[in-house]
Amino acid sequence: MNILVFVKRVPDTESRIRINQETRSVVEEGLNFVISPFDEYAVEEALRLREAKGGHVTAVSVGPEEATTILKKSLAMGVDEAVLIKDSLKETYDGLRIAKMIAKTVEKRFPSFDLLLFGKQSVGADGSQVPSMVAEFLGLPQANIVTKLELEGSSGSARREIEGGMEKVVFSLPAVVSAQKGLNEPRYETLKGIMAAKKKVIPVVTLEELGLTGDDIAPQVEVVRMETPMARQAGRIIPGTPEEAARDLARLLRTEAKVI
Amino acid sequence: MILVFIETREGKVKKSSLEALGEAKRRASELGQPVGAALIGADMECLNPEIFSCGAGTIFLLENPQLAAYSSQGYTLALDALAREIHPQAVFLAATAMGKDLAPRLAARLGVALASDCTKVEVKDRNLEFARPVFAGKAVLTVKLKGLPQLATLRPNVFPLAEKIETAGEVVKKKITIPDGAIKGQVAEILKGEGGEIDVTEAEVIISGGRGMKAPENFTLLKEISAIIPRSAVGASRSAVDSGWIGHQHQVGQTGKTVSPNLYIAVGISGAIQHLAGMSSSKVIVAINKDPEAPIFKAADYGIVGDLFQVLPALREELKKLFA
Repeated sequence: MNILVFVKRVPDTESRIRINQETRSVVEEGLNFVISPFDEYAVEEALRLREAKGGHVTAVSVGPEEATTILKKSLAMGVDEAVLIKDSLKETYDGLRIAKMIAKTVEKRFPSFDLLLFGKQSVGADGSQVPSMVAEFLGLPQANIVTKLELEGSSGSARREIEGGMEKVVFSLPAVVSAQKGLNEPRYETLKGIMAAKKKVIPVVTLEELGLTGDDIAPQVEVVRMETPMARQAGRIIPGTPEEAARDLARLLRTEAKVI
Repeated sequence: MILVFIETREGKVKKSSLEALGEAKRRASELGQPVGAALIGADMECLNPEIFSCGAGTIFLLENPQLAAYSSQGYTLALDALAREIHPQAVFLAATAMGKDLAPRLAARLGVALASDCTKVEVKDRNLEFARPVFAGKAVLTVKLKGLPQLATLRPNVFPLAEKIETAGEVVKKKITIPDGAIKGQVAEILKGEGGEIDVTEAEVIISGGRGMKAPENFTLLKEISAIIPRSAVGASRSAVDSGWIGHQHQVGQTGKTVSPNLYIAVGISGAIQHLAGMSSSKVIVAINKDPEAPIFKAADYGIVGDLFQVLPALREELKKLFA
């Protein structure tokens, strides 16, 4: 089983987001960058599939040089090799251009594979775009927001989350699958893994190599503004015994806030 | 034209699709353009007149026997064929599980970018601008999309329905061609959640529990209250989910779901930044916590400082009276 797993470098979820109004982008100074949490489930699933069925796992990231840190982490978790697709642009919030780069890389460098695994969204851009776009570019079936994955021979079945329930999707391989929390519990890196990862060389894929020009991947999304939402004002504390406070709260929600 | 994909589940139209239709109607009237609605299926005779009264001038029924069950590939082919024929300025889908699965695939097929999970659409210089929260709402991005059609998914529970008017428009049936072997994956089965509950992203009221709930069985207190309030759902903080007290589909926050209900009641939740990000766009927030210094109170419209195990039973009784 030949698996490619895609990981993205993002600010951790504890980050306070500051905005540079001039560049309409996030101030990166002082942020702690990590592998996007949903991508960790994807890496873990790739490793479990390899352990069960044998094969090879390659981690791929699109991003700046600094993204090698999360590729090293993926190597330390146990993936066999890692590749960086170098993107000179910062976050563009345009999944299409990322998907184009990924699809081209897969075609050129990894023509034979069974499964492409992603996180269901990157924490930050929150787009949930790239997996389905890559699937379309490569003519593959897809299953997104997956909490259970079973592969057998040349087909697979996945449980994916829908409103108020689950949906079972069946598909042929190769396929694109995006991971949701609940799919598995990601492992920690071992010391041995970390040491081994340090020694591994991470090849860099350039746009020229992919036959893509700047025009091909020019952002189609124009950021007009980026703002932090207005901070909410603290309201009032309802005093009294639990019974009094509960009674007053119910009344206020009905008559003042008019939300129930 | 602004075209809206209308999602149906078991023959019923999704409310969030009608919300997207309402927004399409408001923006299209500013642009002086018509609104179309697209439904996809095998054979659709029974029409929902709601789609006309909620804003559509034309309903397109995109049909093929292979479209009886949802598949991202089949539905993409259907919408792609229609878009290439009628050249809409924009295509809206509700940002539901299906919409989020389908829209990016359609975008790639059409070769255009996508604005995901938008919370505001505006017309500027006869062009559309989309606002969408990023970092689960820690920041809001306003974007323009180059190329046509402009493709966007709209977050459920944010956009109001159009004012209903009794009207009927044109129904156009289209046979969709699907080459053999083009659909390599599709929905085989739908498995309902416990008790047919509604998802936190669709709920109008959410009552959420955090670490202060102490044990999984105490979530019963929240479920009892949710059972009293119509269109409500039970939510949870990451620590409650990671402790295994409740399923992750209930999780609100940056690694869970971003929600905008009319009312969000945070019970025993301290208010970590990654949780606040996911629920700060709620219209009204209530916090119940025994720690008066908990950050959640800074975001709450109403707060009760107290023991949730005393407050919740009292609140349940008060709500029973209100909804009696």
